[in-house]
Amino acid sequence: MSTAAELPKAVEGPVKFIDDRLGSTTFFKRNIKKVFPDHWSFMLGEIALYSFIILLLTGTFLTLWFKPSMTEVIYHGSYHKLDGVKMSQAYESTLNITFDVRGGLLMRQIHHWAAILFVAALMAHMLRVFFTGAYRKPRELNWLIGLGLFTLALVEGLFGYSLPDDALSGAGLRITAGVIESIPLVGSYLMFFLFGGQYPGDAVIARFYALHILLIPGIILALVTAHMMIMWHQKHTSMPVRNQTNKAVYGYPFYPVFMAKTGAYFLFTFGVVALLATFAQINPIWLFGPYDPSGISAGSQPDFYMGFLEGSLRIMPNWETDLWGHTIPLNVLIPALVPLGLVMTGAALFPWVERWVTGDQRQHHVNDRPRNAPTRTAIGMAAVAFYGTLWLAGANDIIADRFDISLYATTWFFRFGIFLIPIIAFIITKRVCLGLQRSDSATMAHGYESGTIVMTPEGEFIEIHKPAPEDQKIVMTSKEEAKPALAAADDNGVPAPTSRGPLGHLRAKLHKFWTFDSIPVEEGHGHDHEIESGESHKELTGKGH
Amino acid sequence: MTETNGGPEEPQNTPKRVIGTPPPAETHTLLSEQDQAPAPATEGGLYELEERSAKRAERVVATFFLLTFVASIAFIAAYVFVGRDGGMHGIYRAREANYLLGAAMTVSFLALAIGVTIWVRRLMTAAPILQERHELESPQADRDQFAADFLEGAEASGITKRPLLRRTLLLAAAPLGLAPLVLLRDLGPLPEKKLRHTYWQEAVAAAQSKGKKGARLLVADTNRPLSTADFDSPGAMITVVPEGIESSPDAMSELAKASTILINVPVDLFKPLQGRENWHVGGVVAYSKICTHVGCPAALYEQTTHHILCPCHQSTFDATDGAKVIFGPAARSLPQLPITVDEEGYFVATSDYHEPVGPSFWERG
Repeated sequence: MSTAAELPKAVEGPVKFIDDRLGSTTFFKRNIKKVFPDHWSFMLGEIALYSFIILLLTGTFLTLWFKPSMTEVIYHGSYHKLDGVKMSQAYESTLNITFDVRGGLLMRQIHHWAAILFVAALMAHMLRVFFTGAYRKPRELNWLIGLGLFTLALVEGLFGYSLPDDALSGAGLRITAGVIESIPLVGSYLMFFLFGGQYPGDAVIARFYALHILLIPGIILALVTAHMMIMWHQKHTSMPVRNQTNKAVYGYPFYPVFMAKTGAYFLFTFGVVALLATFAQINPIWLFGPYDPSGISAGSQPDFYMGFLEGSLRIMPNWETDLWGHTIPLNVLIPALVPLGLVMTGAALFPWVERWVTGDQRQHHVNDRPRNAPTRTAIGMAAVAFYGTLWLAGANDIIADRFDISLYATTWFFRFGIFLIPIIAFIITKRVCLGLQRSDSATMAHGYESGTIVMTPEGEFIEIHKPAPEDQKIVMTSKEEAKPALAAADDNGVPAPTSRGPLGHLRAKLHKFWTFDSIPVEEGHGHDHEIESGESHKELTGKGH
Repeated sequence: MTETNGGPEEPQNTPKRVIGTPPPAETHTLLSEQDQAPAPATEGGLYELEERSAKRAERVVATFFLLTFVASIAFIAAYVFVGRDGGMHGIYRAREANYLLGAAMTVSFLALAIGVTIWVRRLMTAAPILQERHELESPQADRDQFAADFLEGAEASGITKRPLLRRTLLLAAAPLGLAPLVLLRDLGPLPEKKLRHTYWQEAVAAAQSKGKKGARLLVADTNRPLSTADFDSPGAMITVVPEGIESSPDAMSELAKASTILINVPVDLFKPLQGRENWHVGGVVAYSKICTHVGCPAALYEQTTHHILCPCHQSTFDATDGAKVIFGPAARSLPQLPITVDEEGYFVATSDYHEPVGPSFWERG
C-alpha cells in the first residue's frame, strides 16, 4: 500500500487528467478513507436525501407530459367515466399521464410516496438531531439549514399537491387562499397577486408549477449541497460508545464500505417507495374528479405533513375582531401562524438558548443520550406532543366517525389538549429520563441483575449482580456531570456580570430548572448501596412467591 | 465470517439466558451493535475471510445480482408488452401496467440493495479505523493576519475616509433593491371592490332591466330554473347559481363567490331575522355556500337538526336562524340572499348579498 501502488490504466488516466488540472488527488487522498461512524439513526437523513433524488427523477419524468394550464377543456380520453366532463388542462394531462402513458401512474405514485417519505424522513432526522444534541456547537449552522429545508419541503409539497387541479387539492388551495386573504392590511392584495385576480382565476397552477419544479427545488438542492458539504467538513457526530471521542471518530472508511452501504441504502429507499407505489394507491385523482369551486366531500384530508395546520384551523375558537373598521380574523391568523411559528422559531433559537442557559461554549462531536439531557428531551417531547395533538385534531372528523364520538366533543378535547398534552408529555418524559439515569447509576454502582439466584446458608435467596460489561459502562459514563450553578458572585461578593439584572436572574433560574435534578452516573458510586441491595432482595422474594 | 474473524457484527461471549430473567446485559448494548467493534486501528487493517464461507456468500450475492438482471429485463418486457396494442388506454391496462412495471422495478432495486448489503457485511475486508477530528477554528495567527488584511484593504479602498463615496453608494443601492419588487406588480389586478359583490348583482341588474322581478336561481350543473313546485319537500337542500353565470368571462371565479345553497326549512321552525322577513319563500331560504371561515363550500346539510356544516373545519350554521354560527372556527353567519318568486313560479333573487361573502379580509369591515 505504500509508494509503489500502481493504479490500473482505466483509473490512472482520468485521475491524472483531473489532477494535472485541478490538483484533485490531494483532496481524494484525504477523503477516500473518510470515516463514517455507524448508527441506525444516522441513516434517517440519508432517507430524506434519497427521497429527494427520487423526487427529482420522477418529477422530471412527469413534467414531460404535464400541462400546467387552467384552460377549460372537455375530456374525451381513455378514462370513460369522465367522458364529456369539463376540466382544466392540468387535470386532463394528469389523467393522460395516469391512463395513457405507460408507467405514468407508477411514476405519479412514486413521486407522491417519495414526497411523503421525504417530509417524514426530514422530521425523523430532525428529531434524532435534536434529541441527541447533535445540533450543538459547532453544528448550529447545519441545524438552521435543516430547518430551512423542512419549511421549504412543506411549501414544495403543498404546491405539488395542488398541481393536478382535482377536487381534493382544490379544497386545499381554497383554504390556502382563505388564509392568505386573512392577513391584515395586505391579505386581499397578496391573494390577487398570487392568483392573478380572484380565486381561483386561471393563473395559479402555472405559477405554482414554476415554483414547484424550478425555484423551490433549486433552493432545496443548493441548501442540501451546503448541508452535505458542512457535514463532510465538520465530520459526522458519533454516539457515545467505545472509541468515539471528541478528538477522534471511529468507523468504517468511506471507500469502499460506506460508499457501498449508502449506495445500497439508496436502492433500498427506491425499492420501498416503488413497492408502495405499486401496491398502495395514493392520490387517485380520477376518483376525486376535476376541481369545482362549489363542490366538496366530507372527510377531505390533506397530505399528512399539512395535517397539523388543518388541525389548528379546526380547533381555534371563532374569534374575530374589528379594528377601526377593519376585520382581523384571529380565528384564521392565529392557527395559521402561531403553531408553525412557535415550533420553527423555538427550534431555530434552541441551540443559542441552551448555550446561554447552560453556559456551555464547548464543541461537541459526541452526542448526548436523550436521557442525559432530560430538560432538552422533555422540551422536545412537548413539541412532538404539541405537533401530534394538532395533527390528530386535523383528523377529528375521521376520529369522530370511526370511534362514534361526537364531533364537537373531539374539538373540545383538542382545544384543551393542545395546552395540557404537551405539559403532560414534558413531565412524563422528564421523569422517564431521570428514571433511566437512576437505572444507569444503579447499574454502574452494583452491576446488572445476572439472573443467577443463589441461596445463602440462612435460606435467603439473592440474585447475583455482575459488573456491567465495559462497552456498556462507556455508554453509561458518557453522561456529564451537571455543571454547578453559575457563580452568582465572585469571592469578594461582587455579583458576576452574567447574573445581574432581570436577564441574569432569568438565566440563573433557567439554569437551575435545567440541571437541578441531574443524577450522577459514576463507577463504584454506591453511597446508598445497602438500601439498594435491600430493595432488590425484597423485589426478588416478592416475585418468587 | 463475522464469527471467525471477530468482526463487528457479533457480540462476543454471549452468556446463557436464564428463563424468566431480563436479557443479560452483555447481549445488547445500549446504543449500537455496530459500535461494539474490535480495537481500533489508525491505519485501517483488513479482516481475514474464511474462504469456504466467503465463497458461499459470493454465490448468494451473485444470485441477488442476477435477480436484479432478470427483473430489469422483465421491466422492459412489461413495458413493451403492455403497450403492444398501441398504448395502454384505460383503467384496466393502467392497473396492469402499474402492477407489472412496479413489481419488476421493486424486485430489481431491492435485490440489488440486498446483494450489495450482503457483499458489504460478508465479503468486504476493510476494518473500522480511527480518524482524528481536526480543530475547526483557524489558528490565531491566521485570524490576526485576516484582520490586518481586512483593515488594510478597507483603508486602501478609501471607503473609510471618503464619506461622500460611502453614502452615495448606499443611496444608490436602496432603490436598486426595490426595483425587482416593482416588476411583480403586474402579477394581478388590485382587489378594489371585487370581493364585495358577487355575480348575483349583475344577474339581478340584468333581469330587472328587462322588467323582471329578479335573477332566477339555476340549479347548479343542470342550469335549469327552479320553481316552487320543484322544491316543496321540507328538509331539501340544493346548490343554485345566478342565471347567466355560465357565460360570464371568468365563470370559475364567479362561481367560487356566487354559489348559493337553497334550503327548505319547515316554515314553523323558521325564524326570519329582523328586516329580512320577506327574504324567504315559505321557509325556503338561500345562504351563501362559501364558508365565512376560509372559504370551503359549506355543503353538508343535516335535515333533522337544520344545521349546515362545512366539512373542511366543521363550522356549523343554523339554517333556521339566519345561518348563525353555532360551532366551529367560523366567526360570521353565512350571508343570506333575498329571494322571492316570480310570476311564473320560479325562485328569483331580488338583490345581491348585502355583505361580502366568503372569508374575512382586512377591507371588508
